[in-house]
Amino acid sequence: MATAQVRVPEAPIPGWEGFDGLVQLISVDGQRTLGCPYWDLVADVDAGQLRDLYKDMAVVRRIDAEAMALQRQGELALWAPLLGQEAAQVGSARALRPDDFVFPSYREHGVVYCRGVDPAAMLRLWRGAGLSGWDPAAYGIATPAIVVGSQALHATGYALGIALDGATSAAMAYFGDGATSEGDIAEAFGFAASYVVPVVFFCQNNQWAISEPVRVQSHTSIAERGQGYGIPGIQVDGNDVLAVLAATRLALARASAGDGPTLIEAVTYRMGPHTTSDDPTRYRSRSDEEEWRVKDPLARLSALLRAEGLVDDAFDASVEASAAEAAAALRQGCLAMADPEPADLFAHVYAEPHPLLQEECDAYADYLAGFDEES
Amino acid sequence: MATMSLSKALNNGLRRAMEDDPKVVLMGEDIGKLGGVFRVTEGLQRDFGDRRVIDTPLAESGVIGTAVGLALRGYRPVCEIQFDGFIYPAFDQIVSQVAKLRYRNEGRVSVPLTIRVPFGGGIGAVEHHSESPEAYFAHTAGLRVVTPSNAADGYRMIQQSIASDDPVVFFEPKRRYWEKGEVDDEGPVSDTPLHRAAVLTTGTDVTIAAYGPLVATALQAAVIGKEEGTSIEVIDLRSLSPIDFETIETSVRKTGRLVVAHEASVFGGLGAEIAARISERCFFHLEAPVRRVGGFATPYPASRAERHFVPDADRILHEVDRCLQP
Repeated sequence: MATAQVRVPEAPIPGWEGFDGLVQLISVDGQRTLGCPYWDLVADVDAGQLRDLYKDMAVVRRIDAEAMALQRQGELALWAPLLGQEAAQVGSARALRPDDFVFPSYREHGVVYCRGVDPAAMLRLWRGAGLSGWDPAAYGIATPAIVVGSQALHATGYALGIALDGATSAAMAYFGDGATSEGDIAEAFGFAASYVVPVVFFCQNNQWAISEPVRVQSHTSIAERGQGYGIPGIQVDGNDVLAVLAATRLALARASAGDGPTLIEAVTYRMGPHTTSDDPTRYRSRSDEEEWRVKDPLARLSALLRAEGLVDDAFDASVEASAAEAAAALRQGCLAMADPEPADLFAHVYAEPHPLLQEECDAYADYLAGFDEES
Repeated sequence: MATMSLSKALNNGLRRAMEDDPKVVLMGEDIGKLGGVFRVTEGLQRDFGDRRVIDTPLAESGVIGTAVGLALRGYRPVCEIQFDGFIYPAFDQIVSQVAKLRYRNEGRVSVPLTIRVPFGGGIGAVEHHSESPEAYFAHTAGLRVVTPSNAADGYRMIQQSIASDDPVVFFEPKRRYWEKGEVDDEGPVSDTPLHRAAVLTTGTDVTIAAYGPLVATALQAAVIGKEEGTSIEVIDLRSLSPIDFETIETSVRKTGRLVVAHEASVFGGLGAEIAARISERCFFHLEAPVRRVGGFATPYPASRAERHFVPDADRILHEVDRCLQP
């Protein structure tokens, strides 16, 4: 049985008496933990759903690896790999309901995938072919926030709108441990608590904000940081997909019941670099990485599935085939992406006519036409 | 027609916008029971309830950021920033989010936000209550920036700004809040385009382009100028992004001289952009270099010195004279 990896919030979750520890349902070695009341929240998750969760994580990991390769081959300007955070993302995203709305940061490729967005569409931003890849309203997920923390306020406002509409859905903001130091996170906590809005703050504490360890951001657990606002915190093993699913379901249920915001800290680890431009060897040790490698979210679920005889070679082959297919489609979609046309620069700055912009657009078109005449 | 102050005209305009569209919600600090520190939202919470007129925590980034979320949910928020000098904590949300979300989403997302900001000096206030930050926002693509100078424009422009699918930063000249004017508040809202400038007095010698609080000062200068034998044409820009250069150009082609007046510091201000563009567009019609008059390259001073900082009619006329005798 694994022990808790970080300190545990002391206050219990309102409406969920009797448990105040790090939520873990699958131990690092793939055993089901006993006695955790969060099991009730995932009682419906049968062998088929466990296999689906594993498959999601495996496909997402492969998509991530393929995107890394595309960047190394010069096809993407940058990529922020999610390696190691598959359980935190898939577990939380699979708790979402269709009418919930997600405000991700830039590493949430697994969440975007679970919302049904074509993975290749994610690459438009990273390739520089466009600034976004999908219609937020169609998939219930906004485009990524790169100014970290800003999206927590958007989620809070969206949730305020849900409350004003009298709807029962929820908004969810994803952010990292680094973003918790941003003022916008603090302001989001304040607004969300004051208005008791249906929002879930989902922090993936992956231990590193580029080169800064989480202790630079916070001297308490992140889950505790909501308490001063009256926001209950759940600290969950972020590499345990089932625990993340359970915690997120609880938070979403609280939101829908009108109990207001919940802060979830998913304790996980960024196994790769911050982005393809980063070099983690300059600031963290190999032993630190090794310590977390044994907590790999896929290995853990795989061990459970295997120990309980829930998978066979055919399943492994089908997962491998799905992952390979997703990677191939990602590559194909990436390479097929057209560069923007000059006129695209001027589109969508404003909804309504704007004389200055029109003047500049026309003048630049004339300028470019001059080259055609010369040739 | 009714006679009312700019503050009341804005209040009536907000009321009408809320009646016309149930998705219009007001957010800000002290805008509910108090009616805002300038009473622009007076009575609106009483009449529309606290779900449509929402008192917020004291956090400007929070006000704008949550309004963005509301807008994405289909609402049409109108945010009040209590004073000009308090808008900077919201700068990131305004510049990186409000202004860019449509562009960043390739047109799939609208942020129909109106951000009301009482601005400018001349009221004897303590520091951070008298600033003119409009150039920061006019410089930012994706925003519209407007400022009414009188009650009739206030009533019209606040409704047009709220109805616009673009985000609008709506600067209200705070020292003109209590100046009264005629407002047609019964018929449909005028269809004058939001960015159209107004020629307030016609003249033949010099054009003065002003906006917001300095429009009244420019009109005063025109009266004095007339007594001194100078025929001055006053243009109220009304919109700072986009700027109605056609109206300025037409005037300058006639007068051959232009003075731009604003309270904001001259360096890097709107006057610089107007001077550059008008020099490009009607260089051969200009009889003199375009002159600018405005705040100095200092922070806004202590209020007992503000009369030296904020241009008055005499300082505007001084620049008019320099145009006439270059």
